[in-house]
Amino acid sequence: MTKTLTTTALGLLAVLGLTGTAVADIKIGASIAATGPAAFLGDPEAKTLEMLVEELNAAGGINGEKVELVLYDDGGDPNKARTFATRLVEDDEVSAIIGGSTTGTTMSILSVAEDAEVPFISLAGAIDIIDPVKPYTFKTPHTDRMACQKIFEDIQKRGLTKVGMISGTDGFGASMQAQCKAVVADYGIEIVADETYDPKDADMTAQLTKIKNTEGVQALVNPGFGQGPSIVTRNYKQLALDLPFYQSHGVASDGFIALAGADAAEGVRLPGTALLVADLLADDDAQKPAVTAYKAAFEAKTGAAVSTFGGYANDAFLILADALRRAGSSEPAAIRDAIEATAGLAGTTGVYTFSATDHLGLDLTAFRMLEIKDGKWTLVE
Amino acid sequence: MRLTPKSATLIVLALLVAITPFFFPSGYYYRVGALLFVNGIAVTGIVILTGYAGQISLGHAGFAGIGAYACALAPVHWGLHPALAAVLGAAISAVLAYLVGRPILRLKGYYLGVATLGFGILVSMVLNNERQLTRGPDGIEVADLGLREVLKGWGLNLTNGEFWYFFCGLCLIIGAWLALNLHNSPTGRALRALHGSEVAARTVGVDVARFKLQAFVISAVYASVAGSLLALQNKFITPDVAGFMHSVEMVTMAVLGGVGSVLGAIFGAGILTLLPQVLTVFAEYEQMVLGLVMLLVMIFLREGLLPSILKKFWGKDE
Repeated sequence: MTKTLTTTALGLLAVLGLTGTAVADIKIGASIAATGPAAFLGDPEAKTLEMLVEELNAAGGINGEKVELVLYDDGGDPNKARTFATRLVEDDEVSAIIGGSTTGTTMSILSVAEDAEVPFISLAGAIDIIDPVKPYTFKTPHTDRMACQKIFEDIQKRGLTKVGMISGTDGFGASMQAQCKAVVADYGIEIVADETYDPKDADMTAQLTKIKNTEGVQALVNPGFGQGPSIVTRNYKQLALDLPFYQSHGVASDGFIALAGADAAEGVRLPGTALLVADLLADDDAQKPAVTAYKAAFEAKTGAAVSTFGGYANDAFLILADALRRAGSSEPAAIRDAIEATAGLAGTTGVYTFSATDHLGLDLTAFRMLEIKDGKWTLVE
Repeated sequence: MRLTPKSATLIVLALLVAITPFFFPSGYYYRVGALLFVNGIAVTGIVILTGYAGQISLGHAGFAGIGAYACALAPVHWGLHPALAAVLGAAISAVLAYLVGRPILRLKGYYLGVATLGFGILVSMVLNNERQLTRGPDGIEVADLGLREVLKGWGLNLTNGEFWYFFCGLCLIIGAWLALNLHNSPTGRALRALHGSEVAARTVGVDVARFKLQAFVISAVYASVAGSLLALQNKFITPDVAGFMHSVEMVTMAVLGGVGSVLGAIFGAGILTLLPQVLTVFAEYEQMVLGLVMLLVMIFLREGLLPSILKKFWGKDE
């Protein structure tokens, strides 16, 4: 019995060994939730990275060197993400890692990347990823705190001071709810109603009715993503809640309008990226070239509409490619220094300028306040 | 010398832990090995519950979640050492298993599965929703165990991956040894008797309810320890660890490898841990391949992979 088992075990190891990949000039690793519950984030991200690497190599690579992408699908599972990160670092020996579609997977990859001193650009939202700043970790999506600030800034401009909040209890909704509460006082605004719903709930009229009956409520904010916000929007219409209504950047996609219905979504505002309103950008907008280039390439390649999330991956790759060019080497430490020195790089999400104290590199101008009119996104001036 | 199945199993495990690292081309394989051992510990618990006592649980990830979050929370809130936190997690899991098990082990077949499923989902919901305590679905950091530093002080300098590989390997061997001892003890015999026929077991004086409860509590402790080890080596944990799919995964591993034997179940854990790593190139077909393997094993190798293969080679039972 002993013999059979050891043979089997060795056989399995041999199979594992066979999966090692060929040597390339510059190796970039990625662990992304291309399938599973977070696939709506990871799927466009994975497609974007594959497309960009192909484009880059067709154009001659970086400083004459080809780039190889090692992409793993972690399914949004933090445990798998940690295993894949270890594999990227130890086995594939990549020069940098892009990935972590969700905050959970990002936090798992982060500790591996930091230990191995490999630059890591995350595609997840939470502020904890870059605050406090960790030497090797960067990220491209704006934080949910910035989304809250953008929303409250707009509410303040409208001269309103009392808002009701209805948040999803999923990671995104709960995190943004907490961040909004943390910054709301800076804008002289008060949260008078604070309701939550389960992301799988099919009806939120009870919570909305409670907000409707709250004394003095002047605006409604709905942090959440997935289908929840669409249902909230439908219920909002059914209850004839006549309040300025703000959604979050979590639903900044055409899918949201389709799901909620153009009629119910009329007048809904949310902080989104320039990518959603590529056609409406002014010609002298710094982001215009990056946004239109990505949109055209992605839509031609996949036939699907661009999403904010694919844009995050696009920006991470642009930043990394730019840093690789300037670093002139594939040494992780040199790449890290080059990423940190990135200045004025226009991506789809915003214009990135990193520094030793800022590994996000975006400010509030990265968000555009959008409003849905007749089923279309429009820019709020 | 004639080897008993017990010592044979332990020798195989010890050799596996000690010798395979010589064939590791890179540090990543230590990580896969450590994961395999953690899963092995969890399924050893399933063997005791399902293989010995014939009871089904679809909620064991709940106990893994308790073990994992004990390691995350107790050091922060009560200043407990992470190792003690793991012990605390196991104790909480045992007490909960006792309280929950008392009423639900009266149920049989599907009803038991559904009740344990409910328990697992409850734990998962608490971890997701009690944000102020567990930090919700985004997960929470876990303190370092610190044992690696101690070993370094003794002149044994291991990388993180190596340390967790050998530490989890050692835990698995201890876990397997305890489970095998149980198998041959009066309790083990009583469990196997009630597995065969509860009525028959009762007529010969086996306290069926008490032994079922014991098996449930012991297997909950295994799951909890596995959860703790996972949390401590990942240094970060999310409520996924208590998710329904994780429960199903545990049962699947055990059934695939052979739920009646400790080595078989660990073998199953090995396959389901390694397959996703081998199949990364075909990530899209991973579920399909797993499903197919499962289906074929259920139809053709009904005792599970390992026992069936052994029977083929040896011509008799293990």
